[in-house]
Amino acid sequence: MTEVVVIPMEHGLLLAAILFLIGLLGVMVRRNILLILMSLEIMLNACGLAFIVVGAHWGQADGQIMFMLILAIAAAEVSVGLGMLLQVHIRIGTLDIDLASRMRG
Amino acid sequence: MLELALFYLAAGISLVSTILAVTRVNATHALIYLIISLLASAIIFYLVGAPFAAVLEVVIYAGAIMVLFVFVIMMLNLSPAGEAIEHRWLQPRMWIIPALFCTLLLAEITYMLSRGDNLLMGHMVGPKAVGLELFGPYVLAVEIASMLLLAGLVGAFHLGRRYLTELREETS
Repeated sequence: MTEVVVIPMEHGLLLAAILFLIGLLGVMVRRNILLILMSLEIMLNACGLAFIVVGAHWGQADGQIMFMLILAIAAAEVSVGLGMLLQVHIRIGTLDIDLASRMRG
Repeated sequence: MLELALFYLAAGISLVSTILAVTRVNATHALIYLIISLLASAIIFYLVGAPFAAVLEVVIYAGAIMVLFVFVIMMLNLSPAGEAIEHRWLQPRMWIIPALFCTLLLAEITYMLSRGDNLLMGHMVGPKAVGLELFGPYVLAVEIASMLLLAGLVGAFHLGRRYLTELREETS
C-alpha cells in the first residue's frame, strides 16, 4: 500500500476562485454575446470544481451531486441563452451587446 | 511527489487555456480553448477521486454543451463568405497550442491509467455512492432539475423555431 498523497484543498479552491474570476472578467469585459455565454460557462464550471474539491476533501458524495445539479443548470441556461442569441442576431443583425442595449422601443 | 505534479500540470493547463479562451478575438478559437479547459478540469476531478464527475464533465460539458455552441457558430455564418472567414480562422499554426495542451492531458491520463495501483488523492467517492445519495436524500433535487431541463427545452424550442421561420422569410 503506497502512501496516499492528498492534494491540498486550499489549492483546489484557489484554482476554482481564479477560474471564477477569469469568467467574471470575461462577462464584464467581452462585448460579444457568444463569448459572454462562454464566460458564464467558465464561472459555472469553477463552481462545480469547488464543489468537487470540497466534497472529495471530506469524502462525501454531496459535492458530486451539487456538480450534477450545476450541469443541469448550465445545460438549461446555455440552451435558452443561445436561443436568445439567435433572436438578437436576427433582429439586430449583430452580436454586440452594446448595440443590443442601445436599441430601445 | 509526481502525483502532485500531475495536479499542478492540469491546473496550469486549465488556467492558461481559460485565460486564452476569454481573450481570443474570434469565437471558434475561444471555443477550442474552453474545451481544453474543461478537459483539464475533468483530469482534476479524476485526480481528486471523483471519476463519475470526470466522465460527466467530458460527456456533458465538453461534449453536449460545447456542441450547442458549435451549432450556433455554424448557424451564424451560413454563407460562402462565412466559409472563407472560417478558412482564414483555422490556420494550421493556430492548432499548435491546443494540440500541445491536449497531448499533455492525454499523457497524464495515460500515465494515470497505466499505473497498476490506483492513483488516489483525497477520498475516492465512486459512482455507486453518488447514485445512492442522489436517489436517496436528494431525490427532490433530481425532480427539480428535470423540471428545469424541461423548461430549458421548451424555451429553446420556442426561441429557435421563431429564428428559423424568420430566416426562411428573409431568404425567400
